[in-house]
Amino acid sequence: MKKALKVVGLALGLVASASSFAQEKLKVGFVYVSPTGEAGWTYNHDQARLSLEEAFPGVVKTTFVENVAEGADAERVITQLAKSGHELIFTTSFGYMNPTIKVAKRFPNVKFEHATGYKRADNVGTYFDRIYEARYLTGVVAGYMSKTDVVGYIGAFPIPEVVRGINAFALGVRSVKPNAKVKVVWVNTWFDPAKEREAANSLIDQKADVITFHTDSPAPVQAAQEAGIYAIGYHSDMSEYGEKAHLTAAVHNWKGFYKKRVEQVLAGTWKSEDVWQGFAGGMTELAPFSPAVPAEVVSKVEALKTKIIAGEFHPFSGPLKNQAGELILKSGEVMSDEALLGMNYYVEGVDGKLK
Amino acid sequence: MDIDLITNILYAAIRTGTPLLLVALGEMICEKSGVLNLGQEGMMLLGAVAGFIAVYHTDSFMLGFVIAALSGVLASLIFAFVALNLNATQVATGLALTIFGTGLSAFIGSDYEGKTIEALPTIGFEILQNIPLIGKALFAQDAMVYFSWFMVIGCYIFFRAHRAGLAVRAAGENPDVGSNLGLPVMKIRYLAVMFGGAMAGLAGGYLSIAYTPLWTENMTAGKGWIALALVVFASWRIERVMLGAYLFGFASIMHLFAQGLGISISSNLLAILPYAATLIVLVVLSRNSEKLKLFEPVALGKPWHKTR
Repeated sequence: MKKALKVVGLALGLVASASSFAQEKLKVGFVYVSPTGEAGWTYNHDQARLSLEEAFPGVVKTTFVENVAEGADAERVITQLAKSGHELIFTTSFGYMNPTIKVAKRFPNVKFEHATGYKRADNVGTYFDRIYEARYLTGVVAGYMSKTDVVGYIGAFPIPEVVRGINAFALGVRSVKPNAKVKVVWVNTWFDPAKEREAANSLIDQKADVITFHTDSPAPVQAAQEAGIYAIGYHSDMSEYGEKAHLTAAVHNWKGFYKKRVEQVLAGTWKSEDVWQGFAGGMTELAPFSPAVPAEVVSKVEALKTKIIAGEFHPFSGPLKNQAGELILKSGEVMSDEALLGMNYYVEGVDGKLK
Repeated sequence: MDIDLITNILYAAIRTGTPLLLVALGEMICEKSGVLNLGQEGMMLLGAVAGFIAVYHTDSFMLGFVIAALSGVLASLIFAFVALNLNATQVATGLALTIFGTGLSAFIGSDYEGKTIEALPTIGFEILQNIPLIGKALFAQDAMVYFSWFMVIGCYIFFRAHRAGLAVRAAGENPDVGSNLGLPVMKIRYLAVMFGGAMAGLAGGYLSIAYTPLWTENMTAGKGWIALALVVFASWRIERVMLGAYLFGFASIMHLFAQGLGISISSNLLAILPYAATLIVLVVLSRNSEKLKLFEPVALGKPWHKTR
């Protein structure tokens, strides 16, 4: 319904833009998988979109279409955006990969940026952040704060992106508490608050006293708040959903990247790239720490962050063992990006089976 | 598995089953009167969004649930008018109501997306809640769980011991005969549909106010459809609806618990359990058409208007 209204709005926008063609604005389109809301993955992209409007007043005009299902619907929406004069289009969900590539073929003059994907073309770039760096650091925080030595992790789908986060988190936890366990529950959905909450409760019932998640809603933070345990947010600062529970959050920041890409389009220097940056590039951040985290923990985490930025420390450094205890990375070695991108196993200390 | 864990699983199963119980009870009464309303999902969503907005602005849980129930009733009246007065196909009208409710709730709720409220508090009974295993599940729940039990008992008495209960069943078994006996069939069906709407609205409100205290588009995630299956699964018996709701609730959380416990059953397999159970019950029931007639209201889903 809402989507239909939006599409009508887009069509009207098309007519309007045709009549005011003289103004020569750069139109930038955004496709979101969920509603913009108040927190989470899409909220974060939308904050960056709003910052574009602020950074280029009168020059850049942005449009967004929210809650677009992955698949055929996405292709229609992306086509519509491309047709209505958008020169740069950000498609912000993994499932938009094939539709983006398909539409990009038909509109060679439009530039596309696809988040989290791996397929590129002359006019399609990809981008994502090294959120695993933040995952490792939040794991360190969780390790310090856990008393039961059991921390919980809610996963959406067992794909490398999610598994990498779980492993980084587990390594962080165990750097502090070598015997701690990370329990993982898969919910097989990106967004279902009721299920995410139930999963959180099931972890809490199994003695987890710090939980985090790789899904999109703040429901796990609410569950932690209610149960009186700690939670670590994801995507954006989620402290408003559980003031006492929320320790910090692993946060994406797309503002700088979006601004840079728009500048490049305006200057005519844009070209398709594969961007994967972390703390150093400002794409990954930590949310402010809660007062519950002791000052010495904060300073230790900040010091680690400085080391990561300086390239002196990598969360996936050897010696590294997998779940079965086999050595997968020798001492002194650092995992390659290729190995990180294809990660399909748990490291030692993660509880549960990866299907 | 330690005793605490089992206690918590039972507690969670009842909480998860409660919205199913509420909506399925309403749908069952509605079906007993011979009306098949597939609009449960839409009515739930409207109840969820309206109840959430009410609590968000007033901080009154009572008002939130009243508004949730009322919005369910309002939506069900649209259905009742089209399906009962205009004699449109009930199946198509119900589906339309679901689609309408999904869209309208998203529209109304777009400004409230992701906002949060305090959750409905639980009410614990002093000594009883400390009974091992079942204490927490039975005596430390929130008001809506207790209310759902009250409704189950109320409906049970209504059908077993009250004349009006018989009248509802007559409307669903043979409206012509009922009408000739002087029963106000149309009025009965209207009331049953409205009851179904109120219960669906409450179930939606339970999700957005108590279960996950936030509003998100389409947050019922198919629970209205599960409730429809549940009514068939329960073969239109109140006690079985209750049992079934908790079983479905149990099945839907068990796959999460099982993962944490390291039980190596595919979580997808466990997640389909409720649906598989419904299919099996359907097959068993319909193997014998005589037997099915004993359970299913004979005039279910058939348009009817007073002749003469």
